[in-house]
Amino acid sequence: MSAFLDIIASAGLWAAVLRIATPLIFGTLGALLSERSGVLNLGIEGIMTFGAMIGWLAVFNGADLWTGMLVAALSGALFGLVHAAMTVSLGLSQHVTGLGITLFASSLSYYIFRLAVPLASTPPTVTPFQPISVPGLSDLPFIGPALFTQTLPTYLSIVIALLLAYIVYRTPLGLALRMSGENPHAAEAQGVDPIKVRYGAIMAGSALMAMGGAFLTLSAFNSFFPTMVQGRGWICIALVVFASWRPGRALFGALLFAFFDAFQLRLQTVLGNVPYQIFLMMPYILSIAALAVMARRARVPQALMQPYRRGER
Amino acid sequence: MTNETRVIPVLELSHISKRFGPIVANDDISISLRRGELLALLGENGAGKTTLMSILFGHYTPDEGTVRVDGVELPQGRPRAAIQAGVGMVHQHFSLAPNLTVLENVMTGTEPLWSLRSGTAAARRKLLAIAERFGLAVDPDARLGDLSVGEQQRVEILKALYNDARILILDEPTAVLTNIEAERLFSTLREMARQGLSLIFISHKLDEVMAAADRIVVLRGGEVAAERKASETNKAELAELMVGHRVTRPKREAATPGEIVFEASRLTVSSGGIERLKEIDFFLREGETLGIIGVSGNGQASLSQLMSGLAKPAAGEMRLFGEPVTALDVHDLVEAGIGRIPEDRHKQGAIGEMAIWENAVLERIRQPLFSRRGIVNRAAGQAFAATIIEEFDVRGGTPASRTRLLSGGNMQKLILGRNLYRRPRILIASQPTRGLDEGAVAAVHARILEARKQGTAVLLISEDLDEVIGLADRIQAIAKGRLSAPIAAEHADPRRLGLMMSGDWTSGDGVSGEGNSHAS
Repeated sequence: MSAFLDIIASAGLWAAVLRIATPLIFGTLGALLSERSGVLNLGIEGIMTFGAMIGWLAVFNGADLWTGMLVAALSGALFGLVHAAMTVSLGLSQHVTGLGITLFASSLSYYIFRLAVPLASTPPTVTPFQPISVPGLSDLPFIGPALFTQTLPTYLSIVIALLLAYIVYRTPLGLALRMSGENPHAAEAQGVDPIKVRYGAIMAGSALMAMGGAFLTLSAFNSFFPTMVQGRGWICIALVVFASWRPGRALFGALLFAFFDAFQLRLQTVLGNVPYQIFLMMPYILSIAALAVMARRARVPQALMQPYRRGER
Repeated sequence: MTNETRVIPVLELSHISKRFGPIVANDDISISLRRGELLALLGENGAGKTTLMSILFGHYTPDEGTVRVDGVELPQGRPRAAIQAGVGMVHQHFSLAPNLTVLENVMTGTEPLWSLRSGTAAARRKLLAIAERFGLAVDPDARLGDLSVGEQQRVEILKALYNDARILILDEPTAVLTNIEAERLFSTLREMARQGLSLIFISHKLDEVMAAADRIVVLRGGEVAAERKASETNKAELAELMVGHRVTRPKREAATPGEIVFEASRLTVSSGGIERLKEIDFFLREGETLGIIGVSGNGQASLSQLMSGLAKPAAGEMRLFGEPVTALDVHDLVEAGIGRIPEDRHKQGAIGEMAIWENAVLERIRQPLFSRRGIVNRAAGQAFAATIIEEFDVRGGTPASRTRLLSGGNMQKLILGRNLYRRPRILIASQPTRGLDEGAVAAVHARILEARKQGTAVLLISEDLDEVIGLADRIQAIAKGRLSAPIAAEHADPRRLGLMMSGDWTSGDGVSGEGNSHAS
């Protein structure tokens, strides 16, 4: 029992939680933004992979780290544009389009990576974001090393979560976004163009997803390999449901999942006689349990996955 | 009519025409609306009322014609322009989001999109002031989905008023309301007209048009058939103008009941842990109609589910064609020739995305006539659908067209045809004419009477007094899950049935004998 407490009491665990959570926060917020407008974006897994690749490649070719993040975001927005064109303008199946984008973007990532970077026994690396100590706060005992020695993109992800919560609930734009996802006909009748709103939300959401991917190559690690996203996109899709489509809860959900993940990593070293696969399963099993409890009360956007056609009821 | 409109009308529709493919929805329609007027747009389903209003509100662009507000022409196909000119629309299927609050629903689109803050406090004040002025009380912070249908409609009206509407269009506003809610709505509308608003409401109900409107424009087949002042016309004339010929609901002839085909005794049905039907007794006889009258929500849904094989009794006995049965099974019912007209034709009666012929044969797809060794015989199905379309006068579609394109009345005729074509021994009809217009009601009634005459035992579940009195031979009232003793139709009048529906007899020993003697 004391082993459990020791793990929880270590500042290293909490620092890891924030680090592991960052790509999930970006991805979940991106998926949430898109779904709030009424469009499911299963392209997330591929868009994160592409963001990870293109961001890294930009930096590898001499761009600075923030330019890398920006390039990733723009590439994400571009995939978002494709998704929007297919699902909003053409009204095609959001599932099929999204999965198609995931397959396409993942393969394209590897293809471009292979073309740009010659095969080598050790993967080429870049110098990633360095942890920034927040002046004053990082000197606090325990809390300082636990929470305030992260890289800048981690702080950014939390700022974006809070910003998004404000936009969704406190601004006319957020209301237009929610109305487009709840009842696009009503939005249209009130003079809001749900098609524009959906395009905007999908593109901005996809940009966030790609930034989450770029965090992996530019902050968490320093190199790219094709399978590195490892299903994080799908976790984000589940976290959106867990969060009942609320940005604040999305932040909480991402941190919770990251906590499970960080915890099981450390538990592995303590309980050596249990097969490590059990530990690997833990965050997923606990997430499913949490989902089952939380999602039952979730209020799904009423028009989620329903294409909107003007003049048709 | 035109010589008194020297003043510029608040709203003027001139020579509006609109075609959808080969169908002419609106043909050269001109209507004007004066300030402070309550105008009714009367017409059957499919007469072009909703299309016309959608053009006015910018949802559709007309092929020809113009819309003027205060003499200024509105740009076509732009809802925003209509809102800005002061036109508000209350849709039949509300344009509201159930997960958002009342205030959020009202505020959508009213502020510049890129403002940094919503002016929620000011908006709440404005909403409450409007609500106060017109007596439309509602809690701004309630989640819309938690409100009753009547309250939701109030929000829809408030939304239009919040956008400073001076002209309000209401599309079949009473279709979803109870009678009391409808009366309340019309007194609100009258108050609005008195305060200088101009209103158009769309309807196919003669009673409410006569009671509420100042002036009535009758649409038929996409054209203006007539225009009357409410004070200078009557229901009979309007009905004739609306349908194009005299409509009379068919008369019921005396029944010659045969054998008992179905009998239920002390039957109890529960769902969700609640007894929906309590120890009910009734029987059905060949060539006779049993009417179950009651305010909706008193157990009708469970009764109809029981009889359609979708619910099982918890206690009591049933006999079908003399044989005791413990539960009715959907498949057996179809095989035994029991026809069902479900309460909700869109959800349970037909599959909108499928072709008419597929819906026509769906119940019997496994019978040799329509499929063999798992292969569907399309030709037979299409031929069958064509027969139903012909014989039951289903308009607006061919066997191959999508079922959801049919109007409510025509979809009901299709369902009726599918069931009656086989001369069923029993017909279960739940609210068979709800939401239908006069012409369709008469057609459905005639078919049900005809089936009875040919020996079908009919169970009619309805909340429409006129319908039950017009069709049923025996009548039982349903209240709080209990059934009254039957009375013969000859002894039924609206007052007595009203008392029975109130459920006075349920306080005694329930279903037995003469519990309702005080009502006669």
